[in-house]
Amino acid sequence: DVLDKDSTVNCTAEVLYHLGNKNIAPDVQFTLEGELKNTDEADNVFYNRIKSLEKELVAENIPDNHGNVSPEMEPIHLLAWVASGYVIWQNSTENTKFQLAQIKHVKQVKRSDEYLEFDYKILLHEMLTQEIIPWQMTVLWHPQHGVEVTRDSRQPKEAPE
Amino acid sequence: MTQIQKSNSELVTQHYLGKTTENRTMYYLQISQPSDKIKKIIWMDCGIHAREWISPAFCQWFVKEILQNYKSDPKIRRFLQNLDLYILPVLNIDGYIYSWEKDRLWRKNRSPHMNGTCYGTDLNRNFNSSWGSIGVSYNCSSEIFCGSGPESEPETRAVAQFIKNKSSDILCYLTIHSYGQYILTPYGSTTKPPSNNEELVGQHIHLLQAVTCGTSLFTLLPFLQRKMAAAALMGKYGTSYKVGATSLILYSNSGSSRDWAHTIGIPFSYTFELRDKGTHGFVLPPDQIQHTCEETMLAVTAIIDYVDRKYFPGGAVMLTASSLGLSLCLSVILTWNVS
Repeated sequence: DVLDKDSTVNCTAEVLYHLGNKNIAPDVQFTLEGELKNTDEADNVFYNRIKSLEKELVAENIPDNHGNVSPEMEPIHLLAWVASGYVIWQNSTENTKFQLAQIKHVKQVKRSDEYLEFDYKILLHEMLTQEIIPWQMTVLWHPQHGVEVTRDSRQPKEAPE
Repeated sequence: MTQIQKSNSELVTQHYLGKTTENRTMYYLQISQPSDKIKKIIWMDCGIHAREWISPAFCQWFVKEILQNYKSDPKIRRFLQNLDLYILPVLNIDGYIYSWEKDRLWRKNRSPHMNGTCYGTDLNRNFNSSWGSIGVSYNCSSEIFCGSGPESEPETRAVAQFIKNKSSDILCYLTIHSYGQYILTPYGSTTKPPSNNEELVGQHIHLLQAVTCGTSLFTLLPFLQRKMAAAALMGKYGTSYKVGATSLILYSNSGSSRDWAHTIGIPFSYTFELRDKGTHGFVLPPDQIQHTCEETMLAVTAIIDYVDRKYFPGGAVMLTASSLGLSLCLSVILTWNVS
């Protein structure tokens, strides 16, 4: 558990890469040996905080260039981690190793229902090619309904300065 | 660096190595205990890749630690009798500055290509070791662009020329990167192992004991081949590093400085990939800097110590099996060395 260094839960997974078609996400079957911590309280605190914001949340560079994440941005960071996991899964092959490198930009999108919506621009690091790949993802979240990535797309590398 | 030389001038001298693409001067620090003995050399460079900030941080930490402790630490005292340490704190100066000022995740140097529409060669694909053969791109827009030819970049040439000139005296080449938590041995371009592979990967456990038990006990246990440096590192904060040949445990690549150093005859050649394993990647949080440097210090000094004892045996070496100390140490080792 990244947030609780003393807590380790073993997880075994079987990952099957599709040999014929590299465009299909690998098949993943996993088993958790134990239980994950309950995060209801922290989830609700975050949810209520965002819901009560007067202006939509906007932020850049999480973590900052020195690796700092402010406490208020920590849940935004964690949400991006989870959501990028989905994007990484959908784009993984036997020859890729992706990690979330940084959130370049995040903007909350106003919604009339109970969900929170965030528009992220993230940077993924791919180990074999060493590329930094910008990626856009639209993330929906609700404490009881979990995370959903409703839209995501690879972005072109920005022109150098 | 000038300040370090000024305040420790009996031990440290600053030397010109070459110029970067953008005409900045590259200097290395030479740490050398004055004596009439002819010394051999340990070379360490940091910051070949701009965004790997923990790497130059470690080189600075290393120099600081040596200078603070060389009078009091018996291990350092011993190896400084026989070895000079040459440290290049930032090899890719232009790229490093660019990563501070313009693009945090920049990797390569800043050499212009295609009429200035594309920048940067991956310096760790630019050395003359199976250059351009595998794990590279010939396209400037790639992060692993190997350049227009082997040693096409001034930074590469500066380092290669120097090391070539001194190669008969250099026993160990160390190059520090991040991230991944690996200690990598040659080769990246082929899975065929180098001739001294056993020794490179599986080191004897005695240095491990010396480090973890904080004594100068020195006992050969050849039946327990272990990855000495990784074990030493893990002893500090429990951080685990994988040890092995790049082509087997990481990916294939050609033109790396580590492979090149080994092919020109430097017997011990290692790439360190420091913390972490991807959670923060290149953007390691400040609260991990010191711990990373401390644990890496143990691994690097274990390697230097091994090299020192191998090439300069005798002196104050105790080949003793002082049984109480040994069994105490063994119990510590065997519990967390079962992996």
